[in-house]
Amino acid sequence: MYSFDIERPTTIADAVAALGSDEAQALGGGQTLIPTLKQRLAAPAKLVSLSGIAEMQGVCVADDGALCIGGATPHAVVAREAAAAYPALAALAGQIGDPAVRNRGTIGGSLANNDPAACYPAAVLASGATIVTNARSIAADDYFDGMFGTALEEGEIIVEVRFPVPEAASYQKFLQPASRFALTGAFVAKFADGVRVAITGAGEEGVFRWSEAETALSHEFRPDALMDLSVSADGMIEDLHGSKAYRAHLVKVMTARAVAAAAG
Amino acid sequence: MPKVSMTVNGKAVSAEAEGRTLLSSYLREGLGLTGTHVGCDTSQCGACVVHVDGKAVKSCTMFAAEAEGAEVTTIEGMAAPDGTLNAIQQAFQDHHGLQCGFCTPGMVMSAAALLEENPTPTEAEVRHYLEGNICRCTGYHNIVKAILAASGQDVSGIAAE
Ligand SMILES: Cc1cc2nc3c(=O)[nH]c(=O)nc-3n(C[C@H](O)[C@H](O)[C@H](O)COP(=O)(O)OP(=O)(O)OC[C@H]3O[C@@H](n4cnc5c(N)ncnc54)[C@H](O)[C@@H]3O)c2cc1C
Ligand code: FES
Ligand code: FES
Repeated sequence: MYSFDIERPTTIADAVAALGSDEAQALGGGQTLIPTLKQRLAAPAKLVSLSGIAEMQGVCVADDGALCIGGATPHAVVAREAAAAYPALAALAGQIGDPAVRNRGTIGGSLANNDPAACYPAAVLASGATIVTNARSIAADDYFDGMFGTALEEGEIIVEVRFPVPEAASYQKFLQPASRFALTGAFVAKFADGVRVAITGAGEEGVFRWSEAETALSHEFRPDALMDLSVSADGMIEDLHGSKAYRAHLVKVMTARAVAAAAG
Repeated sequence: MPKVSMTVNGKAVSAEAEGRTLLSSYLREGLGLTGTHVGCDTSQCGACVVHVDGKAVKSCTMFAAEAEGAEVTTIEGMAAPDGTLNAIQQAFQDHHGLQCGFCTPGMVMSAAALLEENPTPTEAEVRHYLEGNICRCTGYHNIVKAILAASGQDVSGIAAE
């Protein structure tokens, strides 16, 4: 690692001010950033740790029923504290990596990173969640911007994520056992006004909505509703773990499993 | 260089650390506590697991500065001061839960975190919890058996392998 300083502010305002200086970068749980620094793929002069900011921690339910998660909340806390209000989301958090990763890694770090195989992006997109930053609110549909790309500006931090809670939902992850990420994962969320389906791990552009499945499932919320749909292999990720065609196949299989689990 | 202070195995400690100093380096090089092993240094193997404020973390993937003021427990803090092994360590010995022993500090620290959360886990729960701890020697069987035994469960029906 190149040399850098670490600052540990205790308020969002101080963190944003610290991030205003040249070559400063936010540090969430470090589960992605520290490996990146070790490989010298990033060279910040200063890391601004978000772990000591109380107002960015924890899970609560807002007056409108939305589930609000502080941007620096570790996955293990979401797995525990969101279990009653939004079980599918808590289950997703409880399947990220391993226990030690879940004790450090945060929702804000995961969403800022937008790894094409990460789990939270699927939950955010399928739930139609809102990303709240220090500066503005961003709808999920406007937030993700291709592999590792997001709508965040330089120095902007995710302070909260607000999830509308669906009537029924499930995340089904086909585990890539070496990395522990999703080889392909499907998040299905059924709301009163329709169904949203988000797919992670499969698309070259990162997380995406599978709109044909949304239409079919909004009409009839059963795995059979997907029977006649086909997923094109174009634009799918191909690597040593699976071909484009394999991932396209998994999109349908994992979505059907998620529907079965949510409906069951 | 700035100093970072924390409590390690019940003792207040302070040592110099740069921003980039990892908690694993702080413990091993700063404090001479070499029981915490660094296997992969890429957050995969779990040999470096310690507890920070009661939570299992990979000390190779956390900066020492992030543990300022925290209560840290390492493998050196598990046995009694007279060297008597704790229940998990003793069970690893009794059930042959190690061969080369490189992964063992991390295994014991992860097992302790698991039993804190879930005092009588099933075999499947133990295996699931150890997903981030890699052992190249044992095939895991006796590690799982040792942890089940340490939780006070009868393991006589589980074959020795
Ligand atoms: C062994 C292992 C297994 C894993 N398995 C999975 C898995 O199964 N599924 C999965 O989804 N992920 C997985 N991960 C990734 C893990 O979830 C990370 O915690 C996450 O991707 C990054 O979160 P972090 O808090 O650690 O962020 P960091 O690593 O600290 O930061 C990542 C990036 O986000 C920025 N950042 C951090 N917090 C914020 C914020 N609040 N606002 C704006 N920018 C911010 C940083 O500047 C940096 O660019 C795994 C990681 C490891 C090491
Ligand atoms: S040395 Fe930390 S996980 Fe391998
Ligand atoms: S005993 Fe050798 S790595 Fe586990």
